[in-house]
Amino acid sequence: MAQRGIREYDAKRILATHIERFSNGTITYDGRVALVTPDASLEALSAEKPWLKTEKLTVKPDQLFGKRGKHGLLLVNVSYSEAKEWIVEKMYKTVTVGKTSGKLTHFLVQPYVEVDNEYYLAFTGYREGDYIHFSPAGGMEIEANWDKVTNLTVPLDAKIEDIDLAPLLNGMGAKERGTLKNLITTLFRFYRELHFGYLEYNPFTFKGSAFFPIDTVARLDDTAHFLCAEAWGDVEFPVPFGRELRPEEHYIKELDEKSGASLKLTILNPKGKVWTMVAGGGASVIYADTVVDLGFGDELANYGEYSGDPSTDETYEYAKTLLDLMTREKSEGCKVLIIGGGIANFTDVAKTFDGIIYALEDYAEKLKEHGAKIYVRRGGPNYEIGLAKIREAGRRLGLDMEVHGPDMHMTRVVNIALEDLKGGRRNG
Amino acid sequence: MAKPDYVLFDRDTTAIIFGNQQAAVQRMLDFDYLSGRKKPSVAAVVNPTGGSKGFMSVFYGGREILIPVYNKLGTAVEQHPDADVLINFASFRSAYNVSMEALSYSSIKTLVIIAEGIPERQTRELIALSKKVGKWIIGPATVGGFVPGAFKIGNAGGAISNLLMSKLYRPGSVGFVSKSGGMLNEMANMIAQNSDGLYEGIAIGGDKYPGSTLLDHLLRYESNPAIKMMVVLGEVGGTDEYEIVDALKSGRITKPLVAWVTGTCVKVFPTEVQFGHAGAMARGEAEAADAKNAALAEAGAFVPNSYDDLGDLIRMVYEDLKAKGVIEEKVEVGPQELPVDYKPSIMRRPTNIMCTISDDRGEELLYAGVPISKVIREGYGIGDVISLLWFKKRLPKYVTDFLELAVKITADHGPCVSAAHNTIVTAMAGKDLTASVASGILTIGPLFGGAIDDAARYFKDALTRGLTPKQFVDEMKAMGINIPGIGHRVKSVQNPDMRVKLLEEWAYANLPKHEMLDYALEVEKITTAKRNNLILNVDGCIGILFVDILRSTGIYAEEEIDEIIAMGTLNGIFVLGRTIGMIGHFLDQKRLHTRLYRHPWDDVLYMLPGEDEVLKYQGPE
Repeated sequence: MAQRGIREYDAKRILATHIERFSNGTITYDGRVALVTPDASLEALSAEKPWLKTEKLTVKPDQLFGKRGKHGLLLVNVSYSEAKEWIVEKMYKTVTVGKTSGKLTHFLVQPYVEVDNEYYLAFTGYREGDYIHFSPAGGMEIEANWDKVTNLTVPLDAKIEDIDLAPLLNGMGAKERGTLKNLITTLFRFYRELHFGYLEYNPFTFKGSAFFPIDTVARLDDTAHFLCAEAWGDVEFPVPFGRELRPEEHYIKELDEKSGASLKLTILNPKGKVWTMVAGGGASVIYADTVVDLGFGDELANYGEYSGDPSTDETYEYAKTLLDLMTREKSEGCKVLIIGGGIANFTDVAKTFDGIIYALEDYAEKLKEHGAKIYVRRGGPNYEIGLAKIREAGRRLGLDMEVHGPDMHMTRVVNIALEDLKGGRRNG
Repeated sequence: MAKPDYVLFDRDTTAIIFGNQQAAVQRMLDFDYLSGRKKPSVAAVVNPTGGSKGFMSVFYGGREILIPVYNKLGTAVEQHPDADVLINFASFRSAYNVSMEALSYSSIKTLVIIAEGIPERQTRELIALSKKVGKWIIGPATVGGFVPGAFKIGNAGGAISNLLMSKLYRPGSVGFVSKSGGMLNEMANMIAQNSDGLYEGIAIGGDKYPGSTLLDHLLRYESNPAIKMMVVLGEVGGTDEYEIVDALKSGRITKPLVAWVTGTCVKVFPTEVQFGHAGAMARGEAEAADAKNAALAEAGAFVPNSYDDLGDLIRMVYEDLKAKGVIEEKVEVGPQELPVDYKPSIMRRPTNIMCTISDDRGEELLYAGVPISKVIREGYGIGDVISLLWFKKRLPKYVTDFLELAVKITADHGPCVSAAHNTIVTAMAGKDLTASVASGILTIGPLFGGAIDDAARYFKDALTRGLTPKQFVDEMKAMGINIPGIGHRVKSVQNPDMRVKLLEEWAYANLPKHEMLDYALEVEKITTAKRNNLILNVDGCIGILFVDILRSTGIYAEEEIDEIIAMGTLNGIFVLGRTIGMIGHFLDQKRLHTRLYRHPWDDVLYMLPGEDEVLKYQGPE
């Protein structure tokens, strides 16, 4: 689907599996990392990874956010018992990082490394190639030292071995240059061949041929899973920090992953009065925009979309999940449901509307209890049949519903719905 | 005639469709019909998994037509060098390989990639290659787009009702480009309602790295004098819209541009939300929709306050251009009329039988499109008629001469060979002509007469694999297969088969190259050294020469020659020729009033087992 962040633990695990191959055995990384999850037994973990009890350790949350040192979420040079105590204390605590608050649930433990030189290295892609960003002054203050970062571009069809890395390594000793050149070459190939979208080591250091990635940030292009399933191993794509998936969102995500069609659902405000069930990746954004532009952003309950010709069953499951969420919390006045969409290219409107109608049948009574008003607007293959069916269903089930076709401007139903919500149109 | 660079699709553009996409092909043809195109826009379909080649039956208006289907992209490209668009429906798993292959063909100028979920690095590599070879990519993750009245990509534009509603059967003056494919139809409709309609509409796809960008297409529109104003629908995330801002500022875009960037809702979202499109994810302020809208407005684009006002703004810009005389009132052209009782579900009952060689429905009988009057009055020979009905083309004279020669040479071989013998016995039993001839025909097979196909197949395969004649003979011996086309019951080196000599003479006189024959004669040298009756026989010679002849025409790809052999065409020559002889034998028997034949005892070796031997497995009573 897109580039998605992975845990530092996974990024290091994958590197440890492949570094020998990519460096032809010239670089080593011991891959000593442990991930503490909410249901993990810390005793079992140390039995599995005995170095936890013998080494001095570094501990930090592993939940796709950075600047952990600055937020007091980094513990260094401690024993395993100190580490355990710290983890137990922090587990499930809510913390705020930047503007985002979330619960701490995953921690990374690795051996503490004494660092003389902290380097910065990052790879990122752009349309015509890839960037290598390097600085001999890495670490927490990288942003303050941004002028020390040098950048190099690598064209897509160029071999990294043919690229002159010297401009990155100006002012360094010959031995250091040699090692860094080999390291950058190796890690770039690792980044490129394993379909990373972003890979950052900040800081890292090295001693002889041993590489120490102290901090790692990585995003994988998850569409490459079919190519890299084996190389990546059992990799997890966690939701962004502070975005814990609700069970319903999780359910739709699973449905989406199994289907050739696209099904997306994000709950923004479960108490919101404006619910949307919109077809199409482009149109769904425009419906949400219009709700916000008309001043109802804080009432917008969800973002979501279904597209790519989902089956009747898939649409039914999707609609049912949404209607269930919509009819949980009573609110003052009415709620509105916008069943919207543009003019489809190939999604069969009649077929997808069948699924929505089945869900409306299941939830008709609840919808009425919640004073739901339903607004439909859709076009595309078989839209006449689809609209006629849903209109008939609305009448049969006694739902407050109005139905429009492509002759009405796509987002006009949003205006009408919001007017009704204000009590302006029908009650006024 | 070369198209200007800014035109990717016009009324003559034809495309190859990769993937067995009957519905999409049908929708393209519906569009073609409404637009009154001279010929369908789909030249061929590639169905890599179907294995078999053949035809896809689709409708052009109310009429059913056949589109050729190939199992390899290379063959389709070779057979349809005028098709310069490839619409790639391959899945995300194979889209990359198919696209790489497509970019390697010089005749393909524009590649449309439909699949969603292609790894970004693969897409970027495709983009890099397309730039290097100077080709356009539209997509991935798109439905494509359309040039009203000229060409439509796949499923873009949706159903017929929408083509009519948005007037996609005739050009307007507005160029439109968006990321979203779903919004393409919606915008075509909005633009049709607020102006004289679209001149061209393209959806570049929702991926982070589209093969061509919003700006790429706007610059094409800028160069196209038929386009008077442009509309662009951008999206939160990425920085592509700033390229448009720069182009406006530097004067590379001068035509009025109405622009809107969607995703203004993101600002109220508490956390990162991945939208339906992979590219729609704002990282930083600059990628936010509001910032992009502001930058576009500042650079001189017409930007509405919200999507809701977009239609009104398009109308205002359009009316202004009309008032200034930039856009002239066009005479409204209607769509080509569909048949009055046109109801797709009823009219479009697909037929159960296809026929592509003859048609008896018109004023005159047609043989592969040639009226029978022409066949007769212009003196077509039997070879020409065979050529029309078997190969659907009038092959050059030396080929039809050969067909006639082969028919003459195989017409009969005396009363003792299987076919004649059976015909005679059946005729003597009092049966009629068809039964007698049929019983003769049924003997034609691998051992009798049917070696033509096999000879062609084995010799061609050996030569293609570069085997020396010696290696070929050894290989066949090792496999325990008698070489088809080699050996005769009575003829030998000392007593050569005149028919073979005649065929050889013909080949030396008429064919500039006869690689297969030369090879077969080398093989014969080896086999006759072992036994003097292992000569190249008449079946073998015809089969082998036919391959040389098909090659010499330059009409057929090797793969097609293989298919001609595999279908049994060459055995057809023997069946056809020998039927003349069998009819002769039947008539001969009738004229002679012969009686029922009974084979004499003394010509049968009776060798039955003893009774005890037969019954011993019964066990005791």
